[in-house]
Amino acid sequence: MNSTEPVIIAKDLTKKFGSFTAVDQISFEVQRGEIFGFLGANGAGKTTAMRMLSGLSIPTSGEATVAGYDVYHQQNQIKANIGYMSQKFSLYEDLTVRENIWFYGGIYGIPKKELKQKIDALLHELAMTEEANTFVRALPLGWRQKLAFSIAIIHQPGIVFLDEPTGGVDPITRRQFWEMIYNTAKSGITIFVTTHYMDEAEYCDRVSIMVDGRIEALDKPSILKKKYNASSMDDVFVQLARGAKRGNS
Amino acid sequence: MLFGMPIVWIILFGFALTTEVKESKIAVLDHSKDEMTQQLLQQIEASKYFMIDRLIDSPSEIESALEGRRIKMVMILPKDFQYQLNHQNTTQIELITDATDPNLANTVVNYANQIIRDFQERNYPQQELPMTINIESRMLYNPQLVGAYMFVPGVIALILMLICTMMTSVALVREKELGTMEVILVSPLKKIMFIVSKAIPYLFLSLIIVAMILSLSYFVLDVPIKGSLIFLFLESALFIFTCLSLGLLISSVTNSQQVAMLISLMALMLPTIMLSGFMFPIENMPRLLQVISNVVPARWFFTIIKSIMIKGMGIADLLKETAILIGFTIVLMAISIGKFKERLA
Repeated sequence: MNSTEPVIIAKDLTKKFGSFTAVDQISFEVQRGEIFGFLGANGAGKTTAMRMLSGLSIPTSGEATVAGYDVYHQQNQIKANIGYMSQKFSLYEDLTVRENIWFYGGIYGIPKKELKQKIDALLHELAMTEEANTFVRALPLGWRQKLAFSIAIIHQPGIVFLDEPTGGVDPITRRQFWEMIYNTAKSGITIFVTTHYMDEAEYCDRVSIMVDGRIEALDKPSILKKKYNASSMDDVFVQLARGAKRGNS
Repeated sequence: MLFGMPIVWIILFGFALTTEVKESKIAVLDHSKDEMTQQLLQQIEASKYFMIDRLIDSPSEIESALEGRRIKMVMILPKDFQYQLNHQNTTQIELITDATDPNLANTVVNYANQIIRDFQERNYPQQELPMTINIESRMLYNPQLVGAYMFVPGVIALILMLICTMMTSVALVREKELGTMEVILVSPLKKIMFIVSKAIPYLFLSLIIVAMILSLSYFVLDVPIKGSLIFLFLESALFIFTCLSLGLLISSVTNSQQVAMLISLMALMLPTIMLSGFMFPIENMPRLLQVISNVVPARWFFTIIKSIMIKGMGIADLLKETAILIGFTIVLMAISIGKFKERLA
């Protein structure tokens, strides 16, 4: 894959469930190392779009490539080249910290020897060396989220998809979490993140706002604010989302 | 659901599930074929308890008749039945029953006794000399009428159902609840590998439990294992697969552990207990329930395991049951894998 080529290219990507069009001809590109915010009210089609891009769901029509692989035919290659972290806490609570890393590292096919070194480095980085043999259920939520994020990028994917990664986390931990995201992006991993927190949207390089299955706005936060004559991303979002016809629950 | 349950149960227990035995199929080995035996047979046929399924010609056919499981009892009438009765005032009737189900065997013999006494009184009411038909009954396969012969196979079927179906479905749904399932699905790990690795522990656990129950019942309860042990384990493994695929199906249609557990218990345990023939003979159920019992996998497994342990049957005698179980497994597997894929499309 050429390093100047966009890592995600979507063109008229559409997903229909029966007569319901969940995602309606969305087109966008995400550059390597970019932090791309993917916003939208509940039911706007974010999750469906993300599922298509992560190889979990086959689009109804349109085209998309992720890390250079086609979403219709190369789902397995896509899966091997992306990381994923969901809003639901996704570690095994009855395994220790070390065991969780070991397990997910194994799933992504990291050789044992390398994985051992990686685990030690990772634990050191997270300042969790002492907690290595603690059960994950005993960790505070913020720590778990950081651990989950580290695990999502343990195999050095080209892109990591974060589905509302900071839901229910306190502001200080969110702050630390975003620092981790920045550092990860600097290392060349593309971040594709959905969030409900509009202050977080400001941290993104570019954001797209989905309304009723379509992308209504896509640009740098500063440009969007200027365009909609708004003081914050919150205002931009409210202006756009107000027009939504779908249930805004 | 809450209102439906008591109604269904009352009807089930009140009418459908009864230990009373009607229209048991019997075979008759009539050595005399005289007027008297004809009368007796007519009387038996006229009662609601028995149906004469076939007449056999030689003692060698007795065992094969009973092995077929359809026939519950063989009645042997001696040579010169009429002559013996009229001139010697005594004769003997032999009843051979399939006692793998001891309750059923007992009941059937009692009914037969009654009918024969009846017959005797009706035909020789004014007999002054004591005139008797001696009835000798033999309980084949289970001479002491040990209940364990019946409940050990039943318990095996039940436990396997419990462990494999419930545990598999709960284990998989747990992953859904925790959110780990999603992460696994976006990983390069093959879905089928995920399912297989979830099922393997329960497969081994179940086989160990089968071994445990078998050795307990063999050494402590003196239940025989007449058939091949290997065959018994192979059939158990087959049933375990059936249960695992059922569990998989349940997990693919539910999203919470509680629901998965409830479905496993309500929708699977009860039919397994009531409709597998373990507690209530299937032959006595109303037609509708008999038809329904056909889709209870445990029914077939129960028959298989009982036949292997108590009667010592081999694969040749149990082809139909084995084929049905394989069929169940394939169909359930196909549906649940289909469901699993559908969720991801």
